This record gives sequence, C-alpha cells and structure tokens, in this order.
Amino acid sequence: MDSLRQLSNQIEEKLSDKLQSCKIAFEELTIEVLPEHIVDVCYLLRDDPIFHFEMLIDLCGVDYLHYGESEWETGGATKKGFSRGVGSLNGNPESPHRFAVVYHLLSIQNNQRIRLKTFAQNDPPVVSSVVPIWNSANWYEREAFDLFGILFEGHPDLRRILTDYGFIGHPFRKDFPLIGQVEMRYSAKEQRVIYEPVSISPRTLVPKTIRNDNRYIEQQGSVIDE
Amino acid sequence: MSEIQNYTINFGPQHPAAHGVLRLVLEMDGEVIERADPHIGLLHRATEKLAESKPYNQNIGYMDRLDYVSMMCNEHGYVMAIEKLLGIKPPVRAQYIRVMFDEITRILNHLLWLAAHALDIGAMTMFLYCFREREDLLDCYEAASGARMHATYYRPGGVYRDLPAQMPKYKASRWHNAKEIAKMNENREGSLLDFIWDFTDRFPKRIDEYETLLTDNRIWKQRTVGIGVVSKERALQLGFSGPMLRGSGVAWDLRKTQPYAVYEAMNFEIPIGTEGDCYDRYLVRIEEMRQSTHIVRQCVNWLRQNPGPVMLENHKIAPPSRIAMKQDMESLIHHFKLFSEGYSLPKGEAYAALEHPKGEFGVYLVSDGANKPYRVKIRAAGFPHLAALDEMARGHMLADVVAIIGTQDIVFGEVDR
Repeated sequence: MDSLRQLSNQIEEKLSDKLQSCKIAFEELTIEVLPEHIVDVCYLLRDDPIFHFEMLIDLCGVDYLHYGESEWETGGATKKGFSRGVGSLNGNPESPHRFAVVYHLLSIQNNQRIRLKTFAQNDPPVVSSVVPIWNSANWYEREAFDLFGILFEGHPDLRRILTDYGFIGHPFRKDFPLIGQVEMRYSAKEQRVIYEPVSISPRTLVPKTIRNDNRYIEQQGSVIDE
Repeated sequence: MSEIQNYTINFGPQHPAAHGVLRLVLEMDGEVIERADPHIGLLHRATEKLAESKPYNQNIGYMDRLDYVSMMCNEHGYVMAIEKLLGIKPPVRAQYIRVMFDEITRILNHLLWLAAHALDIGAMTMFLYCFREREDLLDCYEAASGARMHATYYRPGGVYRDLPAQMPKYKASRWHNAKEIAKMNENREGSLLDFIWDFTDRFPKRIDEYETLLTDNRIWKQRTVGIGVVSKERALQLGFSGPMLRGSGVAWDLRKTQPYAVYEAMNFEIPIGTEGDCYDRYLVRIEEMRQSTHIVRQCVNWLRQNPGPVMLENHKIAPPSRIAMKQDMESLIHHFKLFSEGYSLPKGEAYAALEHPKGEFGVYLVSDGANKPYRVKIRAAGFPHLAALDEMARGHMLADVVAIIGTQDIVFGEVDR
C-alpha cells in the first residue's frame, strides 16, 4: 500500500500537467489522461526508470452509455410496494464521454501495477495506438475496435478479430442487443446458409438493480476519501 | 526447371493439431513460413457480454467454460475480483481448498498440454499415459463439486461446500466383477483427501515415466530444441506470462511475487528456462507439475488438521443452509433475495490476477453499484501468446508451426471468450 502511494506521488509529480485524475481505490492505482496525451504518457511510463512498466497486461474498451442506470426503481419501494420495471431508468453517467479505453500495465522490475484510463472524445471514438510502445497491444486494439468500434490511430493492421467475416456492428456496445441482430440457418430452398433478422425477442430475466446498501457505504466512503 | 512459387495455405479450422478452432493462413516460401495470420473468433461466445446480463453468481459457470482445461482457476480469478470489490476475505480453510484445487487444476492442464503436444509431434503413448492420470484428478473434481469438468465450485466468500468425507467408489457391473472392483477401489476407501494424498504419492513416479519417454528422446529434441525461440525482451514486449515467460528466463510467478489466497504459506520453487525455446518450456511445465504436487501435499496436510467453515457466514452474500432456510423466516428471505436478485457490489472497478496454468489470468470488473457486472473483461493468458504466433513461426518449417501451437498451450475457450 505504501509503495502504491509512493508511485501515485511520483506520477503526480512527473505527469502533473497531463493528469486528469489519479486515485487509489481497492488497492489499485488508476490514472486518467486525455487521449491526446496517451502516447506521451505511455512512453514515459515504460521508459522512465522509476516506473518501468515494461509490460502491457491488458487493453480493453468500456462503453459507459448505461452506467449507473437501473432497470428497477428501488428507492421508496417499501412504501409503494415493489413493481417490476424492466425499462431503462435514466441515471446520470459519470463522464460526458461514452467510450473509455483502459490499459493495465505491469512492471516486473518494480512489481507494480497501474491502470491507465482515457475517454475517447470524438464520434467515432479515436485513440492513438500504443502498438509501437508495447507490441502486445496489437490484438487487444483489434479486439477493442471489433467489439466497441474504437479506432486506434496508427495501428498497423486494424481488422476485426473476434466476430464473423462480414459482421456488421460492434457487439459489445451497450445499445447492441444481447441476442444480436441476425441469425443464420441453412435454407434448403436456396441451398446455402442465409442470414435473416433474429426471430426471438429480447427479454430481461433479472432486472438490473442498483442498491445503495448501508452495509457498503462505510467501506466505500473510506475508499473514496483516500 | 520450374520456379518455386510462394503460396498461401489454410491450416484449420478443422485440423487436429490446431487445438480447437484455429484458422491459420500461412504464406509459404516452399516449406518455410513467411507469414502466419491466425484467424480467431470461431469459438467466440461473447462471455463478457452475457455476464453483463446476469447477477454475479450466475456467471461463475461461464468462467469454467473459458479455458475448459483449467476450470477452477478461471473461477478463482472471477471470485477474487468480486471479493476485492466487496472487501471480503473467505475463511482460511476455503483458501486452502482453493489453493489445493488450483494446483490440481494446474496438473490437469499441464497433463492435457503434454498429451496433446506430444501427440502433435508424434508421441502417441504420452496421450494415453496423461489421460490415465487426468482421470484420477477429474474424479477429485467430481467428488468435491459433483461435476467432472465445469465445477462451478468457487463462490465469492468461499467454496460451495466442504470436501467430502468419503471418496465415491466404483460399483460392480457387467464389465467388472467384485474382485476387480475391490482392486479399483483400493485407494478410494478413505476421504477425498486420502485419495489425493495417494495420488501425490504415485504421481512423481509417473512424471519420471513421462520424462524417460521424452526428455532425452532424440526425436523429441529434434522437434523442440531451437524451435520458437523467444528472447527475454521480446517475451516482455509481447505480453507473455506464465510458462511462456518463464521459459524465456524471466523469474516471474504471481504466486510468489503477488501472492493471493494462502500461497505465501506454501513452500515451492519456480522453474525458469534459459533458451526460450519449445524444449525449455517443456522442461518448465514438467517441473511445475512436480512443484504443484508438492503444494497439493502441503494443502492436504493442513486441511486434515484444520476443520472449519468453508464459506462466510454473511448471508447477504453467501446463502444460508438449506435447513435454516426451511425453518427460519430471515434465512428464507435471504435465500430468496440472493437467488432472485443477487447482491449488489459497491461502485468501482477492480482487476484481480492470478497465476493460471497458462499464464496470467485476470478479471477486470467494472461495477456501477448494481447486482450485475457493468463490464467484465477477461484477460486470457493465451490471447497475447497466440498473437505472437506470427513472430514465433516466421522462418520455421510448416511442421514446426504445430510444435509452436503446442508449446503455446492454446485453448480456444479463453482466446475467443
């Protein structure tokens, strides 16, 4: 924990002008930077002997479209009795931007981890590629592009990776239905495999419920104050 | 004389040496690989998206199906991420059970890897030998959880139930008479722990058998020494972890460097390679099996002496017992809420990583305070390894591609997710 705090201080010192936020929660350090600074920050984190994050462990996209939105109103429910709402109730998103790219870095030399986060601001979302910095980013960026439609500027080979050949859309976006858009089957008449719109309708089995539970408030408070 | 032309061949997706559904587009110059382009995603099930639509506990079963040869380790990563966000710690006995099964899983995984890898390179016997030992370990899975593969045994706050006091036995049938059955049940007379203990007695000799067949075998060496060499620097740059990283000479193991559960109390060694070729990675994994056996023995010793709870008593997270549920109103309510709505996690994000048999398995969990995860990202160890296939295979012969796929220990359940 002390080494994490020390790292956090060093980062604040070195990156003060580029840092949007730097906080420790759940014994992990998360820093947030603007997408235009991402390449500079990554080079610094990798090459500066204090940080020495020689390994990119993970890179992924996150879609914050429905963040904090509940499908079931719970506040005051005991007065009125429970209702079974399954429509989306508007919450207030934490950030005005929708897509984040999250990098998890590991320093083997210093035995430390850090999470780097950046919110893509344009539409379509564009973030600079970090493939020249860590080669392992290649497939991770392809994956984030495939699933979220985040474009990585300067990527050597930005193709789809996980979805089918000829797939349309970005399936991990929150507005992409869980059951998908098309289904495929073999058509005996046309003697080939055909795609057609899905025949089942989406349904919510367990509504998403946000509870501000008393049992966590104390603990949460202590974490946020750090 | 006609000129030899460059051509492209398609390897897989239905190829026994592709270890699942890998489609590999190979650009060849004669028999030499110029470029390898793996096409993945043929087993993509959108586990991460499915997880977003289900309460936390209902996703544990999906984790088994990621890397379907090291089931419990995947579960461990997922429940560790939840536990981190909830700020809970399972009882010590549960942690020992987890460590024991993590290591049993590691042996299971390495046995399957060895079996398949050797079969790919031409040693048929290994396949039969390794599956003989896997059978015993899968019986342990079955005795503890009721399922031979997809156990769904770990829970946030502990494990589903304590280890059974009686190892299940074979019964006489049309194919085996009472005398044969008595012989088959010889090591199943006691508890599960006794059975595991007996296995750890037998297993090191079995590893010796494997080594007699392979380690100094001329054909085995010809196929693996100097194949798929990865230097230390490249291994770090390419995001390798686990035996792939250790084979290249980096002494890095999360069980030692960032210990979780009760690994701090365990006594074991980390093998590392020197050359970074397929043969070194083979040696590393063989030694890891020996070390895992050692850890399992330490756990069995501890578990025999220390009975206790294996699940937290906090019924907001862990269900109450069936008996309590039938007699006590509050337990009934807890049970109902847990199995219908589930529990909510505090707002925040956490990344939990552990030393999976294939490398670092991590779960990045984003919660917005709901009863379902907002986003789960599974960091599969095999994903960056397969991404490096192009670099590792370049300049090698076509037959070496099979050895390289084998040494990477690829399982498509986790690569495609």
